[in-house]
Amino acid sequence: MQVFPFLVVAWIVIVGLYGMITSRDLIHQVVCLIVVQSSTYVLLLGVGYVTGGVAPYFFDISPHAKAVDPVVQALALTDVVVEAAVTALLLSFAVQAYKRFGTLDPHELAEFKG
Amino acid sequence: MTPRQRLWFFVIAAAGLAACYLWAFAGLPGFGNYPGPYGPAILHEVIGRTNATGVVSAVNFEYRGFDTVGEEFILFTAAAGMSVVLRRLRDEREEDSSPAAQAESREIPATSAAVRVLTLLMVGPTAVIGWWLATHAQTNPSGGFQGGVILATAFFLVYLSGEFIVFRRLRPDAVIDASEAIGAGGFAAIGVTAVAMSLPYLYNYLPLGTIPGAISSSGTIALISFLVGIEVASAFVLIIGELLDQTLLRQAAGREGSS
Repeated sequence: MQVFPFLVVAWIVIVGLYGMITSRDLIHQVVCLIVVQSSTYVLLLGVGYVTGGVAPYFFDISPHAKAVDPVVQALALTDVVVEAAVTALLLSFAVQAYKRFGTLDPHELAEFKG
Repeated sequence: MTPRQRLWFFVIAAAGLAACYLWAFAGLPGFGNYPGPYGPAILHEVIGRTNATGVVSAVNFEYRGFDTVGEEFILFTAAAGMSVVLRRLRDEREEDSSPAAQAESREIPATSAAVRVLTLLMVGPTAVIGWWLATHAQTNPSGGFQGGVILATAFFLVYLSGEFIVFRRLRPDAVIDASEAIGAGGFAAIGVTAVAMSLPYLYNYLPLGTIPGAISSSGTIALISFLVGIEVASAFVLIIGELLDQTLLRQAAGREGSS
């Protein structure tokens, strides 16, 4: 069972990619990209887990308690912020694509060259 | 390429990707045995060095402070980029061919009294929680990023309640732009101030307090987290506001058309 969290990561990536490939709507495609990216949270938190460790917050527990790795948790936070920025920009591109071409279907959009 | 060909292409590529994943996972230390040197080293010295009990915030705003400046400017740039992408072009007309725009006779249902009261009741508590999170990064699992998003939510609860005009007045663009700049610039300025005092960039030069985890502890960590909270809240109000403007304009156009 030691690799189970990592198998979950691979599963989330591939499911998200499948959604992106088969998507017929740009908004849905952006959501699928969020799914792909959320695999990195599972990966980071899974990598940094220490058996029996507590969350790295020592306000009401001993500072010497065994804790999980705080560095990867901070990286997961960075990841969330980048995802928010990427999602915001992609959604605004989707709005503009709809305004210009009147469709959100990536297959139809591919027919408009340039 | 037809959808069917595309799918087959994906299945082959996904199988290869899955194989590479499994190969990589075979070389990882097992779940729960992370041997990373930095985490334990930071956990060992963080309270003595910074007086912050929220170690993730300490990593973000102290050890990795330089990265977080960049991270904050990513959000800043995204908000600016959205304003550019969604600006109204000179020859762009508000009319469009969407079903909603074509069904002009359709009434837009008014917000129900229950939704209105509930959302307005939630505005205060949400703002307090957001503020509390943004100012307690040194203590517990909170910080500017989390608090800022919740502060922005308080604005959008006003929007949900159907008070479009109040909502518009609540976010004058000039004020939001200024607070975003103060948040992002303040973070960088704290770093530069340290350099001016002949200390390394983003060095924690403020008094650390005496009680670990207290509001007054952790020096620049708490201050930076608060500035990040302001920046994130403004950025999210701008980002979501830009997207909502697209709908608001459309609704306003529909209302004028029906009257």
